Amino acid sequence: MFNQPNRAVGIVGYGAYVPRFRLPGSEISRVWTEGNSRSPIREKAVPGKDEDTATMSIEAARNALARAQIDPQLLRAVWVGSESHPYAVKPTGTIVAEAIGATPVTLAADWQFACKAGTEATQAAIGFVGSGMGDYALSIGMDTAQGRPGDALEYTAGAGGAAYIIGPAEQACALIQRTGSYVSDTTDFWRRPTTHYPSHAERFSGDPGYFGHVVPAAAALMAEMGTTPADYRYVVFHQPNAKFPTRALEQLGFTKEQWQTGLLVREIGNTYAGAAMIGLTAVLDVAAPGDRILMVSYGSGAGSDGFDLLATDKITEVQTRAPSTRSYIERRVQIDYAQYVRMRRKLATH
Amino acid sequence: MGIPNLWRTKGQRYSLAGEICPSCSQHIFPPRDVCPHCAKPAGPIHTLSGRGEVYSYTTMYNVPQGFQEQSPYTVALVKLEEGPMVTAQLTDVENEEVAIGMKVEMVTRKLREESEEGQIVYGYKFRPRLTEAA
Ligand SMILES: [Zn+2]
Repeated sequence: MFNQPNRAVGIVGYGAYVPRFRLPGSEISRVWTEGNSRSPIREKAVPGKDEDTATMSIEAARNALARAQIDPQLLRAVWVGSESHPYAVKPTGTIVAEAIGATPVTLAADWQFACKAGTEATQAAIGFVGSGMGDYALSIGMDTAQGRPGDALEYTAGAGGAAYIIGPAEQACALIQRTGSYVSDTTDFWRRPTTHYPSHAERFSGDPGYFGHVVPAAAALMAEMGTTPADYRYVVFHQPNAKFPTRALEQLGFTKEQWQTGLLVREIGNTYAGAAMIGLTAVLDVAAPGDRILMVSYGSGAGSDGFDLLATDKITEVQTRAPSTRSYIERRVQIDYAQYVRMRRKLATH
Repeated sequence: MGIPNLWRTKGQRYSLAGEICPSCSQHIFPPRDVCPHCAKPAGPIHTLSGRGEVYSYTTMYNVPQGFQEQSPYTVALVKLEEGPMVTAQLTDVENEEVAIGMKVEMVTRKLREESEEGQIVYGYKFRPRLTEAA
């Protein structure tokens, strides 16, 4: 088990971002299977031609700053977790830090751990603020995921994510009561440096991968806290589709009332490093003081981070200081497969 | 624009970092050495709110080299709340929906990519405001 930080910390500001384009699963099915396969989700979010993980992180970070109402010069870390950083070499973190006014006296870096990269950065931010090395640290999970055309993952590979400013517990809208982590070397999904699309071991991604980490991570955290599912008002699990998290949550004894607020995958797709984190922003948008929340991420490769959170009296006032997660989901422009091919540069023009 | 110039102007491009003139109190954008309103030395960096409205606009179908990826798009003169007028691309809007007086807000987006191997240039664009309060 992890020790608690030297000083108590919490979320002092949070912000979501989802691009406005939506590709229905029926479009992918139409093009690749003559409409004969059923999409696992209704539609997924697609970034515009001028968007990438850096620009989306900047907007989520500005929303988090608007909620926290702190001077960005007080941030001592700007950390971006993603598997779709715009550069292979050159940090997204410095671009985001510059744009939000956090430079120059701050750490800035990128984190990589498939879909767990963002919560890994949050764990580090908790340690950084909790040790007293800085009063505020920004951690972001954001992705513009790409699936190989015609591959099963093309239905769900979405775009979006969230930003969290970790700070002292006294200023928090949600206290971080405890965190945990559970990792192993499990090769269920990967991408080599020079390839554009990921590979995956279809049958491996469920049991040894997702369920083999999410369930024990959640169970261990609840055992340490002496809690049962009934103690939580809301629960958010990583959501590569709707089937995996609901099966894991049912197995642990959670109910639909607890998970439906944070289960966004049917509307925006799997946002990879953003998925659990933006599920949590959707919950924080409607949480009331005293609500307890369990969040568990999952990243292929593989591992899970668990967070036990408690909304404070400050939650109500911060909710309206920036656009809600729902407002981004409802800002929706439907596209067809041809527009998607152009936007996501799947069309060779030379 | 080369790498040194892009580096020097990143503050104004990413976040509309302008100035307030210490002599005549006018907002200045982009930042410069001498105030264009009173010709006295310009002031310290002050980031603009990013809120404004469309003053005039044109939709471009034949776009300069390096911008084809995003064409067609609308370029607008945006009158900022603090006074300065800036020229910028509009985004997150259908070109036929753009109107004079449309309330807009600044976002930071990709302006262009120099090539597959070159650097990505980010900067301000404007979009219809998400919320009236924001
Ligand atoms: Zn002046």
